[in-house]
Amino acid sequence: MSETKKYKKVAYYPGCALEGTAQPYDHSTKALGKALGLELEEVKNWNCCGAMEVKNIDPKIQTYLSSRVMSIAANEMGHDVVMAPCNGCYHNLKKAEYDLAHDEGSKEVVEKISKKAGHETYKAGQVETIHALDWIKDSIGEEGLKERVKNSLNGMKIANYYGCMYVRPRHIFPEKDQGPGSESTSAPHFMDDLLEAAGAENVDFPLKTACCGGAHTLSDSDTSTKLVLNILEAAEASGAEVIATECPTCHSGLEMHQIRAEKVLGRKTNVKIVYFTQLLGMAMGLSAKKVGVHQNISDSMDLMKEKGLA
Amino acid sequence: MPIHEKHLIRPENLVSHENLVIDGIDVSGDWSTFIRSRVVPDYNENLQEEIEALPGGEFIHRCWQCGSCTNSCTMNAVNPDFNPRYWIYLIRMGFESELVRDKDIIWQCVSCNKCTYACPRDVVPEGVMKATAHWLEHKGYTPKSPSMVFDEVFSEQVIERGKIEDGEVVLNFLTRTHQKLTQPWLIEMVKRLMKHLPVKMLATLGLATIFKPRTKGWGPARDAIKDYVKERDEAATDALGPHIAYKKPETPEQIAAE
Ligand code: SF4
Ligand code: SF4
Repeated sequence: MSETKKYKKVAYYPGCALEGTAQPYDHSTKALGKALGLELEEVKNWNCCGAMEVKNIDPKIQTYLSSRVMSIAANEMGHDVVMAPCNGCYHNLKKAEYDLAHDEGSKEVVEKISKKAGHETYKAGQVETIHALDWIKDSIGEEGLKERVKNSLNGMKIANYYGCMYVRPRHIFPEKDQGPGSESTSAPHFMDDLLEAAGAENVDFPLKTACCGGAHTLSDSDTSTKLVLNILEAAEASGAEVIATECPTCHSGLEMHQIRAEKVLGRKTNVKIVYFTQLLGMAMGLSAKKVGVHQNISDSMDLMKEKGLA
Repeated sequence: MPIHEKHLIRPENLVSHENLVIDGIDVSGDWSTFIRSRVVPDYNENLQEEIEALPGGEFIHRCWQCGSCTNSCTMNAVNPDFNPRYWIYLIRMGFESELVRDKDIIWQCVSCNKCTYACPRDVVPEGVMKATAHWLEHKGYTPKSPSMVFDEVFSEQVIERGKIEDGEVVLNFLTRTHQKLTQPWLIEMVKRLMKHLPVKMLATLGLATIFKPRTKGWGPARDAIKDYVKERDEAATDALGPHIAYKKPETPEQIAAE
């Protein structure tokens, strides 16, 4: 089979959301990995990366939190790749990596806290942090996926939604925008590529990297509802049946404000919200239940049945 | 003569007269609308330094006012008064009173970093927004914004236990901001959650709020972070002066001014 096996075994950093409300993302990621013969070893005693919040109290604490996760993966488990399916975790680890390589102040604070906390200080370059999208794209790839499709997504019309933290700010993702084969920060396509290989028909969706207001999903819910509604309506206008997500915060933000838009603004949308790992999992022959489609708030079981996937 | 770009002028600075007689000559009609000249009575010469002293504000001096941040801004599309470029200008000029007029919307920045992406000078306007929101709160111009309360609830839990439990964060936030748990959309969400979640998962989520998830061996990290926070708070007080508590407006004039 054609594949590079580049990330055959990686350290897995699920993060808090995947342990809580985003369990379907965690389950489907693990199930998909297993179906594809990729091994995940969970980072031991991991902590929260700081999400969108701790940086507003102090960005250097956030850098420390993320560095501790990478330090354990590298120094205590001997890994050189950490895979995070959550955009927030992925972003924060990348940001910490960048700051530790470029900012003396951050380095000092991280060294000081790590020493007091009694673990080795993380040094920039010890691990490579990747997203679940890179993980599948670079170890299995489109060709590899095509060979393994058992239940094609059968022309399911999908709008691929990447959100903010996967692409911005550009400087923390030095591997992106490197020409053919690399991911783009202005028009990301890794998820599109993978889902297309699994038989989906990707629609032309203009709001791939728009913001869902996830940072203020509860503290400024009116704004978030407006931003989400915009995304949902644009997806429907592009002809999408499903919005594929690759971030638990975006995913639950879309689900929650889809309901809120209906209840508060009286604007109902029908587009379904599904994790890309769930879609790929079903294409690989896993049942809709196995990848937790029935656990999503956005109810897409009927659609999956109609498509012969459930 | 019509006033072009009228929307750029604050309404209270526009004066119109039905009948206007100057030196015995009736100049009503075309000449009846005036823009009141603005007088800035107070500059804060240290404003830029104060913002620079707060996390996120470090690079404000690099701004060359190109406007790309505002042009790309998510919040500006929702509310045209949300204008990062303008606020950066005011801060750099020391126009404190002018900046304070927008005090109730600056915290609304959603951290999408479109501005950071677009900025040709690496100002990191997103950071400047956070620094400015903190500055407003520190100086007693605003109470803690809902987002600041959320950040605190969240961070307290992370520092204390190493991990968060999202249900608990949400509950604590709603309680601290005095929000009802019976809002129809919240109820609808919980209903749908109940419909689809297997009992086992509900049980895990429920148990998580009682047996709070925590990172094993977190104690020393928690103490180290707390030490750092203490030092950092002292440094902020050195740069900005003591924290001033926000006072709710009480007299009718104060309320009107709000
Ligand atoms: S994009 Fe950057 S340089 Fe341009 S106005 Fe905004 S902060 Fe200033
Ligand atoms: S990060 Fe804030 S200021 Fe920057 S574009 Fe987004 S909402 Fe606007």
